[in-house]
Amino acid sequence: MAPRNALARKSNEQHMIEIDLEKEGVRGVNSRLHTLPKDTNERHWLIRNPMGQHAIACGLDAPITVEVGGHAGFYCGGMNKQAEILIHGHAGPGVAENMMSGIVRVDGNASQSAGATGNGGLLVIKGDAASRCGISMKGIDIVVGGSVGHMSAFMAQRGHLVVCGDAGEALGDSIYEARLYVRGKVDSLGADCIEKKMTDHHLAKLARLLDKAEIKANPKDFRRFGSARKLYNFNIDHADAY
Amino acid sequence: MCGIVGLYLKNPKLQPKLGQLFKPMLIEMTSRGPDSAGVAIYRNPAKKGFTKFSLAHDDAKFGWKKLAAALKSATKKQVSVQQIGNHAIVTTNAKEEAVTSWLKAHHPDVRVVGSGQAIEIFKETGLPEKVYEKFDLGKAKGSHIIGHTRMATESAVTTAGSHPFATGADLCLVHNGSLSNHNRLRENLKREGLEFQTENDTEVAAAYMTWKLRQGSSLKETLEAGIKDLDGFYTFCVGTHDGFAVVRDPIACKHAILAETDDWVAMATEFRAIAHLPGADKAKIWEPAPQTIYNWGGH
Repeated sequence: MAPRNALARKSNEQHMIEIDLEKEGVRGVNSRLHTLPKDTNERHWLIRNPMGQHAIACGLDAPITVEVGGHAGFYCGGMNKQAEILIHGHAGPGVAENMMSGIVRVDGNASQSAGATGNGGLLVIKGDAASRCGISMKGIDIVVGGSVGHMSAFMAQRGHLVVCGDAGEALGDSIYEARLYVRGKVDSLGADCIEKKMTDHHLAKLARLLDKAEIKANPKDFRRFGSARKLYNFNIDHADAY
Repeated sequence: MCGIVGLYLKNPKLQPKLGQLFKPMLIEMTSRGPDSAGVAIYRNPAKKGFTKFSLAHDDAKFGWKKLAAALKSATKKQVSVQQIGNHAIVTTNAKEEAVTSWLKAHHPDVRVVGSGQAIEIFKETGLPEKVYEKFDLGKAKGSHIIGHTRMATESAVTTAGSHPFATGADLCLVHNGSLSNHNRLRENLKREGLEFQTENDTEVAAAYMTWKLRQGSSLKETLEAGIKDLDGFYTFCVGTHDGFAVVRDPIACKHAILAETDDWVAMATEFRAIAHLPGADKAKIWEPAPQTIYNWGGH
């Protein structure tokens, strides 16, 4: 994976196509991006005037770069496959929800449920993410430069959530096999989520994730959290924890 | 559903444009609440010793001047009236209790929708754009304003069930969400002497706040107590004499977004309502945390 700056340089060499969302509407913009052939030469797009509208650049399935020139509303970059989506502002609830592959980067903060149910790809939030970040994540990697709110990684099944700031209450409640790395304080851990030993293997993986996210942080400053695997099947001895 | 919006101007130079700046904010939330709309605007503070009452009547041809004259002779105090749509702003130096009990006795069909030094509340069923036009708010000047677009889920679509709900002098409440313990709470508050016009859950939250404030709690203490006693989903925006406050329930699943620049602070259910404001593209934007009271103004 080429770092972002290199990608942007590469893109700048190509013609960047600007679309005005205020003129074309969300459907107009999205259908132009959806109908691109896989081997398209139109690989770099800039969406102007996003004005907080919902579902911008959703359901993309092509190796293109799409820049959103401002603040986005709900579900921006949802269901993304292959594309690199750069949001130059705040992202509303459910950014990159159910992403399959590709990259979504948010320059600002993100509202709740960022990366919800994501299957793959990388979501980078430079600022803070609100509650339920990575809820039910299924393989996505999420790197947050700031803090995450309560109930983050709730029922998280697979993938990684890296938090460079703090985590709110009930982190990783009812977690399955996702791995959580937090640098700051954790308000509380949810049911069945425990702190785990950071091995060289985990340090190396975390370093790769931070590198890919282009966020400078020392992996050794982080703690790792994951599942105690006691709630996978119903057990009467754990009835209080359900 | 429902949409809530608030705008507080930090830069007084923008005050002549308050109504104009707020209009697209409210209208953008139409899809979240197309059945009714309402606003509380803070403007033209009354002279010391005077109170402004926002009154409403279902009949657009109701004789407000006649009412004002009768109130004047009954209270022997100064009374002036300005009709706006099917609402009227009555300004008087009569005691608040004297006015409300006189209204109840002589005009039980007139609703007191708000009172205070600066607050004026207007609310009505219909599309937000129509409601805004009806009360001539596009040209309104003022310091701050909060609004609500309603998609009724919990009680009837009526003007009385529209937000904002007054909670005390210069205080009012708009709500996105639904409360689950409002019936029990309403009965308890009735025993404390509070009266209700509707079956609406937000009216109960407003009455709860009125009760707490009457007991001497500060606004912050009232909101903190509300987090404990109100069960359900909510994002509240509370209009105050000199600003507004925002608070969300502990789960915080009802959407909310805050944005701030050097000139203004805005809150909305969705950012697209804020996107129209000048400088919104460079604003600091964040989602308010649960159980946290955000407050602008001097309180």
